[in-house]
Amino acid sequence: MPTTTINGRDVTVDDEGFMTVYDEWDEEIGKSLAAAIGVDMTDEHWKVIRFLREDFKAQGATPTIRRVSTAGGVDTKKLFTLFPKKPAKKMAYIAGLPKPAGCV
Amino acid sequence: MTAVESMIVPSFDDEVETDRTLAIICSKGSLDMAYPGLILGNAALGEGVNVHLFFTFWGFDMITKGRMEHLVFSPVGNPATHIPAALAPLPGLAKMATHQMQKAMDELEIPPVPEFLDLIKASGAHIWACRLSADMNHLSEDDLWEGVDGIINASDFIEMTDGAQLLFI
Repeated sequence: MPTTTINGRDVTVDDEGFMTVYDEWDEEIGKSLAAAIGVDMTDEHWKVIRFLREDFKAQGATPTIRRVSTAGGVDTKKLFTLFPKKPAKKMAYIAGLPKPAGCV
Repeated sequence: MTAVESMIVPSFDDEVETDRTLAIICSKGSLDMAYPGLILGNAALGEGVNVHLFFTFWGFDMITKGRMEHLVFSPVGNPATHIPAALAPLPGLAKMATHQMQKAMDELEIPPVPEFLDLIKASGAHIWACRLSADMNHLSEDDLWEGVDGIINASDFIEMTDGAQLLFI
């Protein structure tokens, strides 16, 4: 696994740059990850990212778009606005989680 | 931001102005054949691809208000169920198979067809109903699911999906 330096800290990532160690993430790092892919974080973005973190911890898997909308209470349209074009992957990246494995 | 420059950052292809379009023709009205188009369309939308779905012939049931919640998975004439052909038409078997399939989908967190349509619509899908199918069934827009963008003919659909990749299901 490669490591990369974010905010002066070494973090473990996969070949694409998705973080692989849950506890190496904090919100400061999340902010830098968001900046790296051109997402300007607002409270609404943080609501989604915090849900992803908690749900991953509870379920052991990155939630899909549908799950963020049904269990996280942020509707799908909004997710496409907050994280344009590829919301599922972008949310996961910023939250320091693997890409969602589920199809739906 | 020097910190960012040294990072490994995934490419989300944001800078690429893609006009990739996927056109999906849904022509089947059984529960098992309703899902492939919805799943692939949803996956494409999640990858930033434009998606147009055209519902035609039996696929029309998927977007017809009175039918969309009652699609059936029948073992009759469906060798993929591995039920002997002579037993497939037994009373109650289609009902049981439908129930089993709904349960299996639910366990995988795959929504029922109407909710799935809501999901892809919210994700930006364009939903078209076939003019000929509407006329054959004497149905108008009032009979169709509210997410339908319009009733169009086959030529309209071919024209509007110029250059698209196409799936016929």
